Amino acid sequence: MHIHLAWRNIWRNPRRTTVILTAVVIGIWSMVFLGALMRGMMTGMIDNGISTLTGDIQVHHKGYRNDPVIENSMTNPSMLKKILNDTLPNGSQWTARIRVNAVANNARHYSGVTMVGINPAQEAKISFIGPERIQGKYLDSMDHHGIVIGRELLEKFETRIGKKLVLMSQDTNQEIASRAFKIIGIFTAEMKATEKQFVFVTMSAAEKMLKLKNTISEISIIIPENHNNSKIASDIREVLPPKDYEVHTWQELLHILTAYLEMFDQFMYIWFVVVFIAMGFGIVNTTLMAVYERMREFGLLKALGMKPWWIVRSVIYESFLLLIMGMAIGNLLAFACIHALSKNGIDLSYLAEGADYFGISRIIFPDIFFQDVLVANLVVIVLGIIVSIYPAVRAARFTPVEALAHI
Amino acid sequence: MNIVECTEINKTYQQGKVEVQALRGISLNIKKGGFIALAGPSGSGKTTLLNIIGGLDHADSGTVNVDGQSFDKMNQSQLANLRLHSIGFVFQSYNLIPVLSAAENVEFVMLLQGIPAAERQGRARTILDDVGLKDKYDRRPAELSGGQQQRVAVARAIVSNPSIVLADEPTANLDSKTGQGLLEMMKKMNVEKKVTFVFSTHDQMVMDYARRLVLIHDGLIDNDLVKKN
Ligand SMILES: Nc1ncnc2c1ncn2[C@@H]1O[C@H](COP(=O)(O)OP(=O)(O)OP(=O)(O)O)[C@@H](O)[C@H]1O
Ligand SMILES: [Mg+2]
Repeated sequence: MHIHLAWRNIWRNPRRTTVILTAVVIGIWSMVFLGALMRGMMTGMIDNGISTLTGDIQVHHKGYRNDPVIENSMTNPSMLKKILNDTLPNGSQWTARIRVNAVANNARHYSGVTMVGINPAQEAKISFIGPERIQGKYLDSMDHHGIVIGRELLEKFETRIGKKLVLMSQDTNQEIASRAFKIIGIFTAEMKATEKQFVFVTMSAAEKMLKLKNTISEISIIIPENHNNSKIASDIREVLPPKDYEVHTWQELLHILTAYLEMFDQFMYIWFVVVFIAMGFGIVNTTLMAVYERMREFGLLKALGMKPWWIVRSVIYESFLLLIMGMAIGNLLAFACIHALSKNGIDLSYLAEGADYFGISRIIFPDIFFQDVLVANLVVIVLGIIVSIYPAVRAARFTPVEALAHI
Repeated sequence: MNIVECTEINKTYQQGKVEVQALRGISLNIKKGGFIALAGPSGSGKTTLLNIIGGLDHADSGTVNVDGQSFDKMNQSQLANLRLHSIGFVFQSYNLIPVLSAAENVEFVMLLQGIPAAERQGRARTILDDVGLKDKYDRRPAELSGGQQQRVAVARAIVSNPSIVLADEPTANLDSKTGQGLLEMMKKMNVEKKVTFVFSTHDQMVMDYARRLVLIHDGLIDNDLVKKN
C-alpha cells in the first residue's frame, strides 16, 4: 500500500510528474546513448590505430622505434617465423614488413612518404588494405614495379592509375636509391593523413630497391579476440633474445591514444555527474513544490501517528518510483537509438575536417559499455534519491499544528 | 479510571510582538467512556487544549498524562506512537488523504500499526458499515459529501480502539441535520464500543448531546457540568 500510495500521489499532478520524468528520461538517454557514441568513437580510433599497420603486437629490432633506419632491421626472418609459429595461439595472423621513409615524386610534385614493403596476401589479412578494399589492382607478390597509394596522395600528385611514381630512399650502403613504380591501385583509409602517408610495394621490390636480403623492419601480429595481448607479448619477449628485439603491444605503440583512453573513463563519469546536476535541480525543485502543496496532508499524517522518518520514507518512495520509471523509459529510448545506428553508424565526415587529426573515424558506430550503462543508472538512482532527501526532510519537519492551521 | 489527566497547563503564543495567553493553568481529568464537549467562545483555547492533549502541541508548563503515560519525557517519535495506538483525531475539515478511497483511508492507520492486509480490509469494512457507509468503500474523499467524509474520519479514528477520540469542531462544516446524524453515530459508538469522545464546539446541539460539558473562557475553565441521565 505504501507503493500504491506513492504511485497515486505522483499522478496527482500529471504535469509536474511529466516534467520530472522528461528530465530523467533525457538525462539517462543522453548518458547512455551519447556515452555509447563517444565509446564508439574511441573504439573506432583504436580500431583505426590497430588496422593502420599497428596490429595487436609488434616486434622490432632493438632501437628501431627510436630510429627507424635500415640498420635497425631484423636479419633473421626464418628464426622469427619459427618462434612466432610456436608461441602464437591458434587463429593468430602475422606479417612482416620493410618500412622506410622515402620521398615520392612525379613530374610535378614530391612528398615525404613511408614506403612499406609487404607480403600482399598476409598483409590483406591483418590491415586495412587488400584486394576488395582498393580501387584498381592489389599487389601481387611477384610484382616488382606495382605500387598502391592513397587517394589523397593521388589527388595531391594530380595523377591516376597507370602513371609512374618514383620513390627515393637511403639503401643499406647509405646511398640514395631510387626506383620507378607504376600506380596500380588506390586505397582509401579512415583518415586522410593515412592516405597521404603510406605507399605500398611488394617486399621483393623493396628488397631490390634497398639492396636488402633477408631483412625486415617489423612484424605485426593480430591475435584472436579472447586473448590477452600483453600476456602473449610477454611470452614472445621471453623467447626472443632481449638485446636484439623489442616487443610492444598496441597500448604501448599508441601511447597517446592509450593515455587518452584512460582519461576518457574519468571524463565520462564527470560528464554523467554534470548531466545529473542539471537533472537534480529539477528533481529537488519540483519535489519541494509538491511537498509544500501537501503541507496540510503531512500535518494530518503526523497527527495520525506517522513518525517523521516514515514521512521521509514516503516522499522518497515517490521519487524512487519516478526515477525508476524515467530510467526505464530513458534506457529503452537510448537502446532503441543505439540499435537504429548499429548497422550504418553516423557519418560525421561533413561535420569536422579537423577531427581527422585526432584519429576519429568518419563513421561512428555506437558501442555499448556495460559498465557505463551501469554507472549512468547508478548515478541517477543513487544521487536522485539523495537529493530527494532534502524535500522529504522538509515534509517531515512540518509540525501538525502549523500544517493543519495552514489552509 | 482517568484516561486524560491535565494539571496546571499554561500555553502562550507569540503573535508578532504581542503575547497571547491561550491557556492559563487549566486542569482537566477525563474518565474512560466519557462523551465530553469543550465549549466556549472563539479564541477561548479549545483547540489549543485538544492539541496539547493529543500531543500535537506542547504546553509551556503543567503536565499531561494520557493512558498513564506522561508527555514530559516523550520525544516526537514516542508521541507519534502514542497517537497511533491510543488517540484518534477528527478535525473540522480536510481529514482524509485525497488519493485514498474511504476504505483505504480507514486502513491506513492500521497499515501504520502493522496489521496484516486481510485483517485491515475486514475491519475497515465492518467499521464503515457501523458508521453507515456500507456501499461507499471505494469512493475517494472528493466523491463523498462533507457528512460522509466526517463519518469516514470517525471510522478511522475509532477503528483501532483508541483510548480517546479528540474531535475539534467535527460538525462545524455540516448542516444541522447532517451534524445530528454524525452525533448520533458517535453516541452509538460511545455506547456500544465504549469509545471516549472529547469535542470542542460552538454548537448548541453538540452541547446537548454531551454528557459532560466543560465551558472554557479565556484559557480557564468557567464551568464543568456533568449531566445526569
Ligand atoms: N499558532 C498560533 N499562533 C499564535 N496564536 C495562536 C496560535 N494558535 C492559537 N492562537 C491564539 O490562542 C488563542 C486560543 O486559540 P484556540 O485556537 O485554542 O481557540 P479556540 O477556542 O479553538 O477558538 P475557535 O473556537 O475559534 O476555534 C487565540 O487567541 C488564538 O489567536
Ligand atoms: Mg478551535
